[in-house]
Amino acid sequence: MPNTASVLDLIGVTKRFAAPGGAATLTAIEQVSLTVRPGEFVAVVGPSGCGKSTILNMVSGLDKPSEGRIVLNQKPVEGPSPEVGFMLQKDLLLPWRTILHNVEFGLEARPISREERRARALRELKRCRLEDFANSYPYQLSGGMRQRAALARTLAIEPAIVLLDEPFSALDAQTKLILQKSFAQTIAGSGITTLLITHDLMEAVTMSDRILVMSERPGRLVDEIKVDLPNRDNPMSRMGSPLAKQYVDHLMATLHLEEKAA
Amino acid sequence: MSVPDLASVRTVEPAQEVGVGDKAWVAPTLSSQHSAILGSLGFGVLFLLAWQFVPPALGVPSYIIPTVTDLVSEFGRMAARERLVYHIVSTFVIGTVGFVVGSLLGAAIGYALGMSTLLEKVISPYLLGLQIAPKVAFAPLFIMWFGYNAWPKLIVTVLVVFFPILVNVLQSMKTVDRDLINLARAYSMSRLQIFWKIEVPASMPALMAGLRIGATLAVIGVTVGELVGGNTGLGYLITFGEGQANTAMVFNAIILLTVVGIVLYGAVAMIEARVLHYIPRAHR
Repeated sequence: MPNTASVLDLIGVTKRFAAPGGAATLTAIEQVSLTVRPGEFVAVVGPSGCGKSTILNMVSGLDKPSEGRIVLNQKPVEGPSPEVGFMLQKDLLLPWRTILHNVEFGLEARPISREERRARALRELKRCRLEDFANSYPYQLSGGMRQRAALARTLAIEPAIVLLDEPFSALDAQTKLILQKSFAQTIAGSGITTLLITHDLMEAVTMSDRILVMSERPGRLVDEIKVDLPNRDNPMSRMGSPLAKQYVDHLMATLHLEEKAA
Repeated sequence: MSVPDLASVRTVEPAQEVGVGDKAWVAPTLSSQHSAILGSLGFGVLFLLAWQFVPPALGVPSYIIPTVTDLVSEFGRMAARERLVYHIVSTFVIGTVGFVVGSLLGAAIGYALGMSTLLEKVISPYLLGLQIAPKVAFAPLFIMWFGYNAWPKLIVTVLVVFFPILVNVLQSMKTVDRDLINLARAYSMSRLQIFWKIEVPASMPALMAGLRIGATLAVIGVTVGELVGGNTGLGYLITFGEGQANTAMVFNAIILLTVVGIVLYGAVAMIEARVLHYIPRAHR
């Protein structure tokens, strides 16, 4: 039974795809069960192709599990839900809209007034420190600012949970560090529940409360690590802590990275 | 004491450097643009001078290649005697109407096929066949059906403009970023909202490219229609001039047709600049 104090539950979720060109099926993830509690920041790490993004697609209601159940705020997920906000590596800003109108985009299918939509968009732009760029077009912004605008758009719909699918992996190393800090502050400030999918172990350690480790395909949960570090809103200071390094080492051992490199 | 000063100077400096760098980079392109325009003008003048003096010097008679001054005086005669304005207006109006109707039809059917995969699969082989068929070859057929009036010219123009726009729109509908559509779906948008908020704006660059092609093709369509039938338009003046062995008249009509095409194309380019203002210039 789903925990009443949880935002998201996956209960024995398996996803199979028809393998291209054949009758055989390909199992992306197998018997995955997990729980995300309110206000928690959970990271999912694992080798590429382990079905991390499959989980995300199912939670956002764009895809259905082959077996098992997904429960969001005590309600089964049966399609795209207004309670889920997701962000990808690509910012997915509409190039023909200003930043402000991009942030409003997620609210346009909702029964709210134009004024309220505008007010919410401006509030989130301010939270992401982009209020001076409300009337700019995406091409006029840097990659990091565009990702912040995408976060503002995601937060504007006031979702119960935000799904982040490797949102920093297309950025250069320095922008990435700055943006991780900026996201961590914004997320801590809004108190929103977050599920981060990443292949960057240090990112998982510095940004989250808890890390779920997945195996290679078919993806299963093989480990769960509680990150016992202060300053979740400041990944840069966590990064300097020797404990963070230990967590990363542990993750590397769990994923057998050294054996693979040898 | 001097450390904070240094730091503050440093934070300002890069910004200034970028500004200076920009100017230094822009300045030569501006002057090179300037000289390019001058060069173009100079080339044009040189070309006209060569046209005026070289053929007579080589003994080419003016009924083969009329000189520039022949063209100018013939232009005056056409304006006075051949109802030139009437013919220009006829060509321009039919070309524009055909272009607009062809564009609307092409875009509408392109979007409709883009919305329905089944419809597209059923119809696209025939569309491809029709697209390959030389549309101007239909002109005599339309004259047999509709007679010597504006209809055959208009229909040929519509047909010629229709396909590139349809193909461009359809292609762009099929290549809209799936993640953008998924994003809209995740925001609980309806199929119609996705169409208007994502697919239509995303297809604008392709539609505009199609319109540019269509604008040049429209002039070809209307010209062919006028060449094969009727007694109006610049295309008709070409056949009329040919019958009289009036080479200068033919030249003038061709030049005026080109001008009509440039006006149409220029109008499309202006619309495009407004519609696609969000695309940085260098990428257009």
